Amino acid sequence: MTDFFGIPLPALFGQLVLGLVNGCFYAVLSLGLAVIFGMLNIINFAHGALYMVGAMLAWLILEYLGLGYWWSLLLAPLGVGLIGILIERLLLRWLYQLDHLYGLLLTFGLALMVEGLFRDLYGVAGLPYAIPDELSGAIGLGFMFLPKYRAWVIFASLAVCLGTWFAIEKTRLGAYLRAATENPKLTQAFGINVPLMVMLTYGFGVGLAGLAGVLAAPTTQVGPLMGSNLIITVFAVVVIGGMGSILGSVLTGLGLGLIEGLTKVFYPEASATVVFIIMAIVLMVRPTGLFGREK
Amino acid sequence: MSATEYLRVSDLHAFYGESHILHGIDFSVRRGECISLLGRNGAGRSTTLRAIMGLTGKRSGSIMLNGREVIGMAPHRIARLGAGYCPEERGIYASLSCEENLMLPPRLGSGGMRIDELYEMFPNLWERRNSQGTRLSGGEQQMLALARILRTGARLLLLDEISEGLAPVIVQKLGEIIAQLKRRDYTIVLVEQNFRFAAPLADRMFIVEHGQIAGEIAQHELNDKLGYLQEMLGV
Repeated sequence: MTDFFGIPLPALFGQLVLGLVNGCFYAVLSLGLAVIFGMLNIINFAHGALYMVGAMLAWLILEYLGLGYWWSLLLAPLGVGLIGILIERLLLRWLYQLDHLYGLLLTFGLALMVEGLFRDLYGVAGLPYAIPDELSGAIGLGFMFLPKYRAWVIFASLAVCLGTWFAIEKTRLGAYLRAATENPKLTQAFGINVPLMVMLTYGFGVGLAGLAGVLAAPTTQVGPLMGSNLIITVFAVVVIGGMGSILGSVLTGLGLGLIEGLTKVFYPEASATVVFIIMAIVLMVRPTGLFGREK
Repeated sequence: MSATEYLRVSDLHAFYGESHILHGIDFSVRRGECISLLGRNGAGRSTTLRAIMGLTGKRSGSIMLNGREVIGMAPHRIARLGAGYCPEERGIYASLSCEENLMLPPRLGSGGMRIDELYEMFPNLWERRNSQGTRLSGGEQQMLALARILRTGARLLLLDEISEGLAPVIVQKLGEIIAQLKRRDYTIVLVEQNFRFAAPLADRMFIVEHGQIAGEIAQHELNDKLGYLQEMLGV
């Protein structure tokens, strides 16, 4: 048996892996969005731009500091996190008492500015970023060849998602975070420095976006618009999963990546819209999303 | 200011947005003393506690807590001076288990009660420790809200309407616990609607009306001033 409904098996598995890789990016990005929304009540439209900044930083770190992929994997998310902390301290903190719309508009404006800046500096063509030597090539699995870098992205993303879930659900710091998400004033009245936690949460959330950017850099052309192409789909993922659920956003991200991959195999015409079709159906049946709760 | 004074509130004004709720509250509590703020709904008793913790909007006047001025401090810094706050709505977290709720507030000082002491004092909490916080009954949630601040080593307890809406047997149990805490030298401010709960526990009672202190009654004056008190509380 080498094909399935007329599709050669290696091609099917190849698309599934690609779908899973995309799903991993959706998962890491929507996880950051969910954490930020839970704690700050801000719909972070700058997320895609900061994902792009993560990838651009990886490129810049290689170009100007001569440091390779593994250093970038550490430094670029830290850099993006620091940018996030500045954004929170200087801009977002004035908006917490206001309607969601203000945070959305501010972060959308920031995204346009950041993208414009990088477009001005580096053009829109996109810059190449090579796969690190250790991860180039493929592993033969018998039924297909699995590119090592794709396997790595899946492994690293799942590890990050699992680690974040564990930290939030099972540790003392996570209990502070959940408490501050639910009732920030009372949590602060127990002696917990909630404004500091809010700042670090935003830094961590966008740091995840930066990390996703570095992971994505070798798989695509690094360019100013790579984030805005992705972020619309990621927001659809968040709507489907439901705002504010950690595990929900991860599972939804992975699931939708797989569905997208399968659609590419069986009905390529719909592959760009399938996520939005699912979003429309979910909104009709469960307006709070698959894993969402009324807030 | 006398050496034994633990909390002194002077000319305290507080606002929620544009509404001016407290109009110059004045009272003090000695170390180890239990006082009660009594009054009608909306008189400003709960707001007084919230203002002490820094949870209202704009505040002015003075709040001295253990010799430190806290009127301009952020809530987490006020708490770290040793204030434990039990809010009227109890504030049990739905996203935390019973035990996570209990363990949530960080230690503020030495001398907090140990977890086994607390489970001995509140056996229900031990049985329900793995339940979601808000799945507990009203009485259990009140016990949890109280136990939660006893673990931290806070020496000043600000307790807002802890007897509200609970069965008489639970109210009685809470009364016994407050009496026990008094013997352990906690400084306690009880905001109460339930005069009969507060009267035997409070060393002094303050009547709050229209955001001000309208009267003060010491424990030994209680029988003489019962008529006045009932008139003020509208019972």
